[in-house]
Amino acid sequence: MSTILQINNLETVLHTPAGPVWAVDGITLEISKGETFVLIGESGCGKSMTALSVMRLLPEVGEIVGGSVRLGGVDLLLQPEIAMRTIRGKRISMIFQEPMLSLNPVMTVAAQIGEVLKRHFNLGVAATQKRILEILNQVGIPDAARRMEEYPFQFSGGMKQRMMIAMALAGEPELLIADEPTTALDVTIQAQVLDLLRTLQQRDGMAILLITHDLGVAAEMAHKVAVMYAGEIVETANRAQFFQNPVHPYSRKLFASLPGKARRRQGLPLAVIRGNVPPLSSEFTGCRFAKRCDQAWGLCHDAAPGWVEVSAGHKVRCHLFSESAKLEAPAGWLEKGATDAPQESSTKSRLLSPNHLIHEACLLSVSALKVYFPIRKGLMKRVTGYVKAVDGVSLAIYRGKTLALVGESGCGKTTVGKGILQLIPPSAGSVQYKGIELVRLERDRLRKMRAEFQLIFQDPYSSLNPRMRIVDIIEEGMNALAAGQKEDVGIAGDGPAMAEMTKAARVDALLESVGLPPEAKWRYPHEFSGGQRQRIAIARALAVNPKLIICDEPTSALDVSVQAQILNLLKNLQNRLGLAYLFITHNISVVEYVADEVAVMYLGRIVERGSVDDILENARHPYTQALLSAVPVVEPESRRHVMPLHGDLPSPANPPRGCHFHPRCPHVMQVCRESYPGISIFNSTHTTRCYLYPQDASASGEAQAEVQAQA
Amino acid sequence: MSFKPVILWTDALVYLLVAGLFVFAWYVWRNEHLLVPWRRVAHSASGMSALTVLVFFISVGMLDTMHFRPAIENGGGGMGETAYSVEVLSLLDLVAAPLRTRVEKTYSAPFAAHLYAKETVELPDGGQVREFPRLKYGGAHLQDPETERMADVIRRSAAGAAMGLVIWGFAIVSLGILLGRGDGKGWRCALSAVFCGSTAVPWRAICITLALMLLFSGAALALCGYYHIFGTDKVGQDVFYQSLKGVRTGLVIGTLTTLMMLPFALLLGITAGYFRGWADDIIQYLYTTLSSIPGVLLIAAAVLMMQVYMETHPELFDTIAARADLRLLFLCLILGVTSWTGLCRLLRGEALKLREMEYIQAAHAFGVSHWRIITRHILPNVMHIVLISTVMDFSGLVLAEAVLSYVGVGVDPSMISFGTMINAARLEMAREPMVWWALLAAFTFMFALVLSANLFADAVQSAFDPRIRILSIKTGALRRKKSGGEPARTYSETP
Repeated sequence: MSTILQINNLETVLHTPAGPVWAVDGITLEISKGETFVLIGESGCGKSMTALSVMRLLPEVGEIVGGSVRLGGVDLLLQPEIAMRTIRGKRISMIFQEPMLSLNPVMTVAAQIGEVLKRHFNLGVAATQKRILEILNQVGIPDAARRMEEYPFQFSGGMKQRMMIAMALAGEPELLIADEPTTALDVTIQAQVLDLLRTLQQRDGMAILLITHDLGVAAEMAHKVAVMYAGEIVETANRAQFFQNPVHPYSRKLFASLPGKARRRQGLPLAVIRGNVPPLSSEFTGCRFAKRCDQAWGLCHDAAPGWVEVSAGHKVRCHLFSESAKLEAPAGWLEKGATDAPQESSTKSRLLSPNHLIHEACLLSVSALKVYFPIRKGLMKRVTGYVKAVDGVSLAIYRGKTLALVGESGCGKTTVGKGILQLIPPSAGSVQYKGIELVRLERDRLRKMRAEFQLIFQDPYSSLNPRMRIVDIIEEGMNALAAGQKEDVGIAGDGPAMAEMTKAARVDALLESVGLPPEAKWRYPHEFSGGQRQRIAIARALAVNPKLIICDEPTSALDVSVQAQILNLLKNLQNRLGLAYLFITHNISVVEYVADEVAVMYLGRIVERGSVDDILENARHPYTQALLSAVPVVEPESRRHVMPLHGDLPSPANPPRGCHFHPRCPHVMQVCRESYPGISIFNSTHTTRCYLYPQDASASGEAQAEVQAQA
Repeated sequence: MSFKPVILWTDALVYLLVAGLFVFAWYVWRNEHLLVPWRRVAHSASGMSALTVLVFFISVGMLDTMHFRPAIENGGGGMGETAYSVEVLSLLDLVAAPLRTRVEKTYSAPFAAHLYAKETVELPDGGQVREFPRLKYGGAHLQDPETERMADVIRRSAAGAAMGLVIWGFAIVSLGILLGRGDGKGWRCALSAVFCGSTAVPWRAICITLALMLLFSGAALALCGYYHIFGTDKVGQDVFYQSLKGVRTGLVIGTLTTLMMLPFALLLGITAGYFRGWADDIIQYLYTTLSSIPGVLLIAAAVLMMQVYMETHPELFDTIAARADLRLLFLCLILGVTSWTGLCRLLRGEALKLREMEYIQAAHAFGVSHWRIITRHILPNVMHIVLISTVMDFSGLVLAEAVLSYVGVGVDPSMISFGTMINAARLEMAREPMVWWALLAAFTFMFALVLSANLFADAVQSAFDPRIRILSIKTGALRRKKSGGEPARTYSETP
């Protein structure tokens, strides 16, 4: 295999007002023809800057100060800008993370692809059209001849990412740089896009530089892997070596912080990496990871480690493996690193889900909840239809338990959460909290109830008011609900004592319980990292002593290691305070780790629900099966069979007749197209709605009546 | 008591505004996050120089705001109540009494010793001659204006400028002492830092602006006692005095109008964006309708109605000044009513965006009341827009006043403003030889005021607008690269 891209000692500096930031600090890598090279790392490690440096598309403040980037023997850094224009799009192409932002909304798809063709090939009008059609067919756009004249907003997210790939492929590049190409997409769509990339690579033999933070995606795609940390590569290996035996302490921690069923079974908390990625503006003496490394010793802080070859092609930058350092390392350290077994038996016993809590009263029961948004048209804003965001959802949450609500984006998960909290008035159905009906409760009485159920949001950056201090943010809820006087389970478990506490002391105690120092309360949100902000958001929710917290994708905006911290914290709080969670997420591995029960949602309805084991081991509904199979897994030996799911989620304004899932279902039958299936019961907790299984007569009759009533 | 303080309507509002500004400054001072963008303003050289000039204008305006009625000699002797003059004066009038009272017959050019129009003068021997008579006050101290005037002007202006420089020297030394005390280093050290331009606040630029201002104003003050430095107008009034009086009118229009429009814009804009639904519909219809009526027409109609009302009810006003002042206030009001739509639209858009933010949702989940959400969450997050648009609007309003007065629907003709000055000068532009000085004076003052306000607004905007901040970082980096001289690009050809 011939080498296509060779990066040597590349150094990129960003000149910020605060001083230079060494975003990329001497990285060296090589990509061969037909190979996928995956660059893994947390955010802020300089992955994207590496990609932009290769393209020479750095922001104004960026500057490449050293090294070389050779594409087929030509050093790109020495090329004049005009020569780069013939290289970009022709020999190297790039796909960006956000398909919604990387397409021009006022140009048709054909025009945008045509732009690339016009730049790099001398084609006639007819030939260009033919080529565009051909490319769109390649990336699997159905009905390409008609859709090529449409605008980006007429396509779904997955389709847009296909368009981006089509544009990138138009120049038939030798190297494709994909910067987090699937991060913004659902798992089912992600599986489609990754599959597409693989197919195209096999056919054209192009090299791919894939940048991701998701170990699962890396395991799916990679031939070679490089782990990037704080501007430099700390480990490189081929796929098998890396996923069977990661050696750098950072890589190991990344694996250990992945949530999953195995971890939950063992009752282990997730491994966390202390602290954050160091700011790249600082001077490093020693190993960059030393401060967060459990196995660091004196040498790590003093001297930067060099490359050590562990096995053929598997290199690591760590003193643990260098021959000279081995002698110096305190005895037993290597072994500790090798086994990486947490010694926290005390935590273990606490975290084993306590069974005595299971059979308690139902805390919240939702039945046939519907949230419709009217579609208004015309001058008089007449209602012409409804977006059925939530269309008859029933669920129950028990005290101290976690119910996970899973589904693709746009299926109405978040709306269910907001409907339960009465932030969006439900159109029909009932929400009962401890037997009290919340729907259409008077505003004053509802306000008094609000302390009982709280909300944690996805984006820690927009969920805290940037103009308020932390203490004001946390006290806001207390003031609004006067929660101070409530006789309730306290934060530290000593309820009555808590009630006595002054407000200031309570804020301190809350911050402490989420692992932040009390001094933090005088600062403003922008001074904290994403994970810390999420902790503050949790503290704010806890301030009013809720019984139920609705977590709306609380970790999806966070890095894996930070996600582990937050999940540990949530579990810990649940065990201490007996909180119930409604965990809204699309991340199956998080579900495996935190959930007791799972409800799978599709287009505003719950298609399957059951205990976490029922669903994950023994999924019955074809949608659940497809969803689970689309999740990339890290374990290299379990080559799962991906159940391909074609197409996208239909519009909730105009759901398909019959079973909502039938247009995408591989087992579709005639009856599926005609009416919505009734309930099939497998055991006391596990139910689904699918014609593949015998319908439960009594329940389905009821369901039929319900469906009739809706129609 | 030899005078009686008078607080006109606009005076009261100006005092209120000043008090409000002080409270705001105190509040900002206590909150670090609010102080940060203001620090950025303080670090901008052009902004701070502009502010120095603005301070001159504002002090003139403030002097002109403190009104009183002087006591007059009463024929009846000390027994009755003291009678006060019907003329309302301001502190500025008092300071500039020589300028105000020394009225010539008619036009005279700047620095002239003779009138601009020929008159028939009766000679002592009974004959009559048509000539340019000497002015009563301008250059009256000269024996032979033709030969002495030039030298006299230069001498006096040099003396005035020197006086200005001395004051500047004192100001600089006291600045040095103040800065030195802050650092604990001593004033020489602080001053050298100022002149190397190495201080964070661009004191050097401020000092240079201050020096220029003091030089000019020193010279002007020294001369204006002996000459009409900007000439005189049709009725012989000193144009320099008029220009100084015009400053207050401009400032009042620029600031009070904003004060009038802010409640509309804030309340309606945020209400529309936050509550959506029918409230939004009504407010949108309201401002769309309002902004589609030609502004001048609306203002003209309102001002004329007001004028008629005032003329039919002369008993409501005890002085002419009170009447003119009320008309000014009314002009501010009507300008405010017609100009809130722009800001309102901006605020509605911002509130629409903010209401979907998750911290607002979180506040809803806590059962926080709408009023509290608006005041604690939305208002602080739109304040930067309010601030930027207020400062940007200021100069536009000063210019709008000039245009309206020119059209004849502006301030009361008895009130001196740049607009009335330009209006009065316009007829004389056609005259041969031309009377150009009134227009020039109005132009110069207004230009200086609006330019400095615009430069300051620019500095404020770039400090508060996050998008522009990024740009300035970039240009800063570019500058650094250039000043670094050698390109740091060292692409190596090594393997």
